[in-house]
Amino acid sequence: MTATATAPTAPSRAAARPGPGGPVRGHLGDTFALAGRHLTHLRRSPGRLVLVTMNPLVMLIAVGYLFRGSMHIPGGVAYEDFIMAGIAIQVGLTGVGPTAIGVALDLRHGLVDRFRSLPISPSSVLLGRTLSDLVVGAVSLTAVSLVGLGVGWRPHEGVLRTAAGFGVLLAFVYVMTWVGILLGTTQRNIEAIDGTGALVLVILSFLSNAYVPVSGLPGWLRPVAEWNPVTSVVTTCRRLWGNDPGVAASGGFPAHHPGLVTAVTLTALLLAAVWGGVRGFRRAGGH
Amino acid sequence: MAASDTAILAEGLGKSYRSHTALHGIDLAVPAGTVLGVLGPNGAGKTTTVRILATLVRPTGGRAIVAGYDVVREGREVRRRIGLAGQYAAVDELLTGRENLVLLARLLRFGRRGAARRAAELLDRFELTEAADRPAGTYSGGMRRRLDLATCVIGDPEVLFLDEPTTGLDPASRNVLWDVVRDLAAGGVTILLTTQYLEEADQLADRVAVIDAGRVIAEGTPDSLKRQVGSDRLEVTVAGPEDLADAVAALAVLGGPAPVTDEAARRVSVQLGPDGLDDLARAAQALRDKGVPTVDIDLRKPTLDDVFFDLTGTNAKQPPQDPAEPVPVAEERPARAARAAREESLTVVEEPLVPVVEEALVPAAEGGPVRAVEEAPAPAAEAEPPAVAGPQSLTVTKEESQ
Repeated sequence: MTATATAPTAPSRAAARPGPGGPVRGHLGDTFALAGRHLTHLRRSPGRLVLVTMNPLVMLIAVGYLFRGSMHIPGGVAYEDFIMAGIAIQVGLTGVGPTAIGVALDLRHGLVDRFRSLPISPSSVLLGRTLSDLVVGAVSLTAVSLVGLGVGWRPHEGVLRTAAGFGVLLAFVYVMTWVGILLGTTQRNIEAIDGTGALVLVILSFLSNAYVPVSGLPGWLRPVAEWNPVTSVVTTCRRLWGNDPGVAASGGFPAHHPGLVTAVTLTALLLAAVWGGVRGFRRAGGH
Repeated sequence: MAASDTAILAEGLGKSYRSHTALHGIDLAVPAGTVLGVLGPNGAGKTTTVRILATLVRPTGGRAIVAGYDVVREGREVRRRIGLAGQYAAVDELLTGRENLVLLARLLRFGRRGAARRAAELLDRFELTEAADRPAGTYSGGMRRRLDLATCVIGDPEVLFLDEPTTGLDPASRNVLWDVVRDLAAGGVTILLTTQYLEEADQLADRVAVIDAGRVIAEGTPDSLKRQVGSDRLEVTVAGPEDLADAVAALAVLGGPAPVTDEAARRVSVQLGPDGLDDLARAAQALRDKGVPTVDIDLRKPTLDDVFFDLTGTNAKQPPQDPAEPVPVAEERPARAARAAREESLTVVEEPLVPVVEEALVPAAEGGPVRAVEEAPAPAAEAEPPAVAGPQSLTVTKEESQ
C-alpha cells in the first residue's frame, strides 16, 4: 500500500485503500466490475439477450426468407445478401428499449443512489452498462450472422472487409446503447420507454434502406431515408461485404460517401447521447 | 478544527425546487461517535436532508460539513467516509447477497480477493451466511435491509446515514436491525438516522432532532423530548355518558393536568406522572372506590403525533397569540419542567413559531398523520370529537401502529 499522506482527522478507510494502480486503472476496474454486474444479470435472466437476438432473427426469417421470391433488388444482388446488413442493424435498434428500461429501474430502486454515494466516478456506472450491452450486441450479432449464413447470405470481399463490416455494426450498437441511456434517464416511466423504444426501432429501420432500396420508397420520404444514419451504416456494411446494389439503388450524397456520413452521424449521435445521458443521470438524482 | 469532534455539521441548509421549498434552513450538529435521530412525518424534509449530507443533492442554501469535508466542494472526500442506506433497500435483486457485497467491495477498491474476504465477513456479521448464495430478490424484507446495511458498512465508514431503516419491517426484523445499528454505534460510527417513530429514536438515538415542514422545530435527548410530550396516558372508557363526571373526579386524584373528556367515545384520558405504575394503581383504586363502571382501560405511550402536537401545539399557544389559552405543558408542571432544565435541556426552536404551526396543519388537513382537532371541527367530530382545554386537548386520532 502506498501510504499517502492523510489528514490526521481522517484515519480510517480513506487512508487504508488509496486504490491500486492510480485513477485510470481504478476507473477501469470500477467499469468492469459494474459491467460484470450486468453480465451476471444476463446469466440469471437471459430475457434481454433472447429479445435482442430474436427480433432480428424473426425479421430475417420473415423478410429475408419468406418474401425473398417477390423482392427484386436492382443490380442483381441476391435478396439474402441485400437484407443481411439491414437485419444486423436491428440488433442495435432493438437494444435501445431494454437498455433504457434497465437504467430507469436502477434509478427507481435506489441502486444508483448507492453507487453515487461511493467514491467512484459516476461515469463508470454508465460505462459499465454500455460495455455489457456491447457484449450482448456482439453475441446476438454472431447468432444473427450464423442464421444469415444458413439462409444464404454470403460476404464476398474477404475476411478483413467482412470483419470491418462487423466493426461498423458494433460501433452502431454502442452508439445505440447511449441512446438507450439517454432515453432511460430522461424518460423514467417504464411504459413510455417501452413505447418510445419500439417507435425508434420501427421508424429508424423502415425509413431506411434496411429492407428495400431507398429508390423503392415514396419520393418525399427519400431524403429522410437517405440521411437516416441507419441507411449509411447499412450501405457501408453492404459495400464492405460486397452486398451492395450500387449507387443507383439509393442516391444522394450519403450514398456516394456512406463511410464518411456514417462516421460523422454516429460520432455526432454519440456525443449528443453521452452529453444528454450523463446530464439526465445527474439530474435524476436531484443534481 | 471542529471537524474532529463534530462529524456532521449543517448550517442553514436550504433546498428549493422550482415549485416549492423542501428545506428552510436546517441546523444540525452531530458529535462524532453519537447517534442522531431525525424525527418527522412524511414530507418534512428528512430524506432531502440526508441526500444533501450524502452528497447526492446540492443544497441551494447554507453549508454542510461531513467527516471534516464540505459536501459540495469536497464531495468525493465525503463519499470516501460515508455509508448511505436509502429508503428503499438498494440491493440488486438478481445478484446473490454475496455478489452484491463483492461488487460494492470491489468498487471500494478492496481488490478481488479482499472483496471476497470482506463479503464473507459481513455476511457472517449480519447473519446472512445461509442465504449468501441466493439471489437477493428472494430475501425477506428484514434480510434485504440487513444486506443493505452490510453494503453500506463495507468500507468502514466514519459516518452512516440511514433513511428510515425499519419502515415496513415486522417487529422481529426491526429488533434485529436495531441491534445491528446499536452494534455499529458501539463501534464508534457516527449515525444519522431518520424515522417516523418516536420509539425508534428513543431506542437508538443519543439526541433527536424533530423536523417539520423543512425546519428543525426541536432538538434534544429522547428523554427531554418525551418529558416535553409527557409520559404515558391512561384512557378510561366508561359504560355511559352519566359516568363521565365520576371518572373525571376519580382520575383527578392523580393531581396532574386535568383529565380530558371525550364525550362521544365516553372516554376520559389523563396523563400519568413519571412514576407511571404508582399513578396507575392510584387511578385504578380511585375508580373502584367511586364505583365507576368502566368498559375499558388503556395505557397509551406518547407517539410521534403527541410530540408533534406538543411541539407545534405548544408553540401555537404562546401568549402574544391568544393570552386566554392555557399555559403550555411545561409550565403547568413546574416540577417536571425544573427537572428537565436541570438535565440536558430541550431546545424548542423559538424563531419560526407561527409559520411552523401553519404549515404543519396544511398537510395534516390532507390526511397526514397529525390532525389538530380544533382546526377541523366538523369532519373530525364523528371520529374523535374535540376535547377541552390545553395542549392535552389535542386528541390524537391516529394510533401509532407499532
